[in-house]
Amino acid sequence: MSVADIQITEELDHHGHDDHHELSFIEKYIFTTDHKTIGKQFLITGILWAIIGGGLSVIFRLQLGFPEMQLDWLKPILGKWITESGKLDAEFYLALVTMHGTIMVFFVLTAGLSGTFSNFLIPLQIGARDMASGFMNMLSYWFFFVSSVVMFVSLFLETGPAAGGWTVYPPLSALPQAIQGSGAGMTMWLISMMFFIVSTLLGGINYITTVINLRTEGLSFTRLPLTIWAFFITAIIGLLSFPVLVAAALLLVFDRSFGTSFYLSEIYIAGEALPNVGGSPILYQHLFWFLGHPEVYIVLLPALGITSEVIATNSRKPIFGYRAMIGSMLAIAFLSFIVWAHHMFVTGMNPFLGSIFMFLTLIIAVPSAVKAFNYITTLWRGNIVFTPAMLFSIGLVSFFISGGLTGLFLGNSAVDINLHDTYFVVAHFHLVMGSASFFGLLAGVYHWFPKMFGRMMDERLGYLHFWATFIGVYLVFFPLHYIGIAGFPRRYYSFTSFDAFSSFTDLNSFVSVAAIVTFGAQFIFLFNFFYSMYKGRRAPQNPWNSTTLEWTAPIEPGHGNWPGALPKVYRWSYDYSKPGAEDDFIPQNVPYSHTPESNLDFEKELAKLEGITSKPVDPKNAE
Amino acid sequence: MMNLIIIIGVLLLLGILFSVFKVTRLVGVIKGEAKSDVPANNKLNASLMIAFLVVGLAGFFYYSFGGLEDDFVQPIASEHGVITDNLFWITMAVTGFVFVLTHIFLFVFAYKYQHKKNNKAHFYPHNNKLEYIWTAVPAVVLAVLVISGWKAWVDITGPAPANSEIIEVMGYQYSWAIRYGGTDKKLGDYDYKKIDAVNSVGMDFTDKAAFDDFIPTALHVPKGRPVLLNIRARDVIHSVYSPHFRLQMNAVPGMPTRFWFVPTKSTADMRLETGKPEFNYELVCNKICGKGHYAMKYIIIVDEPKDYDQWYADQQSWLKLNDDYLSEVPEELQEMAKIAAGIENNPEKQSVGESIVSNN
Repeated sequence: MSVADIQITEELDHHGHDDHHELSFIEKYIFTTDHKTIGKQFLITGILWAIIGGGLSVIFRLQLGFPEMQLDWLKPILGKWITESGKLDAEFYLALVTMHGTIMVFFVLTAGLSGTFSNFLIPLQIGARDMASGFMNMLSYWFFFVSSVVMFVSLFLETGPAAGGWTVYPPLSALPQAIQGSGAGMTMWLISMMFFIVSTLLGGINYITTVINLRTEGLSFTRLPLTIWAFFITAIIGLLSFPVLVAAALLLVFDRSFGTSFYLSEIYIAGEALPNVGGSPILYQHLFWFLGHPEVYIVLLPALGITSEVIATNSRKPIFGYRAMIGSMLAIAFLSFIVWAHHMFVTGMNPFLGSIFMFLTLIIAVPSAVKAFNYITTLWRGNIVFTPAMLFSIGLVSFFISGGLTGLFLGNSAVDINLHDTYFVVAHFHLVMGSASFFGLLAGVYHWFPKMFGRMMDERLGYLHFWATFIGVYLVFFPLHYIGIAGFPRRYYSFTSFDAFSSFTDLNSFVSVAAIVTFGAQFIFLFNFFYSMYKGRRAPQNPWNSTTLEWTAPIEPGHGNWPGALPKVYRWSYDYSKPGAEDDFIPQNVPYSHTPESNLDFEKELAKLEGITSKPVDPKNAE
Repeated sequence: MMNLIIIIGVLLLLGILFSVFKVTRLVGVIKGEAKSDVPANNKLNASLMIAFLVVGLAGFFYYSFGGLEDDFVQPIASEHGVITDNLFWITMAVTGFVFVLTHIFLFVFAYKYQHKKNNKAHFYPHNNKLEYIWTAVPAVVLAVLVISGWKAWVDITGPAPANSEIIEVMGYQYSWAIRYGGTDKKLGDYDYKKIDAVNSVGMDFTDKAAFDDFIPTALHVPKGRPVLLNIRARDVIHSVYSPHFRLQMNAVPGMPTRFWFVPTKSTADMRLETGKPEFNYELVCNKICGKGHYAMKYIIIVDEPKDYDQWYADQQSWLKLNDDYLSEVPEELQEMAKIAAGIENNPEKQSVGESIVSNN
C-alpha cells in the first residue's frame, strides 16, 4: 500500500515537472493528447466537412429548383459530371445526395458535434486534468482524419463516389453494374466508415471512462451538468450501436468482393443472372437501422445537452425538471434501440412487426415531449439574455418541436404508407435531426468559444447569422412538407416526367433560393469564427456568469486545465437566481457553508457536513 | 470579362461589409457595450421573436388553409386511402394544435421574460405534478393515435379478399413489367434464371399456369374490385408507389411482397373530378434504384368493371406473341400450351382453359 502511494506521488511530481517542458509544434497542435486541442481539431474538421456537405446540397438544389438552368459554369469543379448539354449528370445527382447525407450525418453532426464538445467539455466540466486516455483520444481523432481523407478522395474517383443513398441499401450498393458509384466509390465509402467507427468507439470508450472515473471531488452524477449527461449517454448509445454497423458493412464487403450471398438473391442484371440465392436485402436494412436509428439520437442528444446548459444559463434559471431531463434522456436512449424498423414499414417486412414497431415508436415521443415542455418552462419567468448561443438554443427547441411532431405521422405505419420516402420525410428529419443538431453545434460554439480561444465572438454578426439561418431553415424545410404530402418522392433528379408531380415548380425554385441564401449566411459565421479567433475581444473569466466548472479554469487553460489543485464541487450546476443570494448565479465550487443566506433546508444539512467553518473574504467586498 | 467584373463586384461588396463591421465594432467599444452583462440588442432580439411568431404563423395558416391545399393533397382513389387520409388529418389536427400552442409559449415567454434590470428570475427547479401531467397527457393522446393507426394498418396489410384480381408487378432498371394470369386467372411460376431479353419477367413454361399469362403495356385495374399486387424486383430494390391510391410497397429481389387495395374512381371519373382531360394514374418508383430512378413511369388505368373484363378478354397471351418460347414447354404439355395460349384456334378454348385449372 505505502509503496503504491509513493509511486503515485512520484508520478505526480514528474507530471508537474512535465508542464514546464516546452512541447514541439507537432506535439502541441498535431499529434496532441490534450483534450482541448483534440476538441478543436474535431471542430475545424467538422466545419470543413460542413462546408463541403452544404456545398453539395446547393448543387443539387440548383438542379431541383431550376431544372432548365445551364450549369456549364460548374465544369471547372465537376468536369464530366456536367453533360454536354450543360446539365447535371443524373447519376452524379444521386452521388451528391448520398455524399451530402453521409457527410452531414457522420462527419459533421457525429464527429463534428459529439467529437468536439465531448472532448472539449467533459474534462473541463467534471474537473479533470484530461481524458482518461489521452493517447486513445488522439487515435480517435486521427482515425477520423484518415476516414475523412478516404471519403474526400472518393469524391474525385472517375466512377464517382458512392451513390446508393446514405443508407447504401444493397443490392444497389453491392453491384457496380447497377450504378457506377457502387464500384470504387462504394469500396472507399466502406473503408472510410470502418475508420470512422473505430474513431467513434475509441472516443466513446474514453468519454464513458472519463465521466465515470474522473469526476472531481463532490461531483456526483446528480450534480453533473446536463451536457455531460448527454455526452455520456450518447457515448453509450454509440458504443452499443456502431459495432452493428460494422457487421452490416462487413457482410456487404463480403457480398461485394468475395461472392457471398448475405444480401443478394435471384438477381438478373446487365443481361446476366447472378449465381447468388438465399440472401435477403431486408437483413441489411435491419442491421443498418439498428445503428441508424440510435444514430439519430447520437446526433441529437449532445445538441439537447448543450441547449439545456445554454438555456438555463441565459434564462438565469435552473433548468426545469433536472431529473426529468436525465430520465427522459435515459428513456430515449433505451427506446432508441427498439424502434429501428419504423424505417421499414413498407419494405415488405412482416406487417405484425410493423405493428410492434409503431407502438414502440410512438412511446419515444413521450420523453421527447417532456424535454420540449421542460425547455419552455425554463424560459417562463426567467430573465432572459439573448446571447447568440441562446438564440440558437431557442431555435433548436423550435425545430425540435416542429420536426418532432411530424414524426407522429411517420411513426404511424398506416399514415406512413403514403408518406414513406417522400419529401415529407426529408422535411421531418432535416428539421428534427439536421437543423436541430446543427443549431446545437452552433450554440455550443458561440457559448464556449471564449473558453476555446480566450476571445469573444462578435455578437452582432452572431445575431445576423442566427436570424438569417433560423428564417432560412424554415423557408427551406417547411415547404418540403407540402410537396411531401403531395407525394413527391425523394432522391428524384427531376419531377418533370410525372403529371402528379409536375406542379410546385415555383415552390421548388423558392426552396432552392432559400437554401442558397441560408448556405451563404453561414459564411457570416465562418468569418466571425476565424476573425474572432485572432482579433476578437479578450474574454473575461466567466463571460456568461455561468455556474459550471470550466469557467473556474484559467481563461486559456493550459495542459492539465487547472494550474493548482482541482476545484471541488459542492452543489449542482443550476443554482441560478437563488432566492436570497446576492448574485444571480452560484458556481458549483462554492460551498453551501459560504452561502447561508440562500441555502434551502436540505442544503443547510449538507452545509454542516462540509466541514468548512470560515467564509473567505469576498474579493469584491474587499475592494 | 463579365466574370472578372462580377468577381471585382463581389470583392468590393465584401470590402464594404467588412468596413461596416469594423465601424460598428468601434462604435460598440466607445459606447462601452463590452462591460455590460446584457447584450445591447437584447430588446431587438426579443421583439424579433414575437415578429417571427406572428409572421410565421400567419404564413403557415395562409399557405395551409388559404385555398392552396387543393394543390398538395392528391385526390384519393382507393378505399383504404380514405381511412389513412382521415388518420392523417386527425394527426394533423392534434399536432397542429400542439405546434401552434408550444410555439406561442416559446416565443411569447422569450419576449415577455427578456432581461430587465433589477429583475430576478424565478427560482423554479421542478414541479413533479406538472411533469406527471405532461408525461401522461401526450401518452394518452399518442395511445389513441396509435390504436386507430394500428387498426387501419392491420386491415390494410391483412390478407386480400378471395375474389381479388391478382396482378404481378415486377420492377427493373428502369421500368415496370405487369403480368396477368390470363384466362385461368392464375399467374404462372417464374425463375430468374430464365430471364432474357425477351422473356423479361422470367416466365417458367414448365408450369401450365404460365401458358395464358399476358403482359400488357399498361396496368389496368377494375374499379370497385379488390386488386392484389404481387410485387417483386429483378435487379435492385424498387418501390411500387402511387400517391392517388395511397399505396406503397417495396419491390425486393428474392423476396416477393404484396399490397392489396380497392380502386374507387376510374380514370374517367378522375379526369372529370380534376378537370384534367389528360389525367392518368401513375405508377412511380420510390426507392433509389439508379440513374433512371426518377423516370420509372408506368400508367395505371382504372376501368369500369365491365370495360375491364372486356379488355382482359381481348388480351393475347405472351406465349402467343412470342411462340419461339413454345420450345421451353415440355413435350407432353405442348398441345395444352398451344390451346391455352390461344395459338391453336380452338373454338372450345375458353372451356379447355378452365378445365386445365380445375384438373390441377
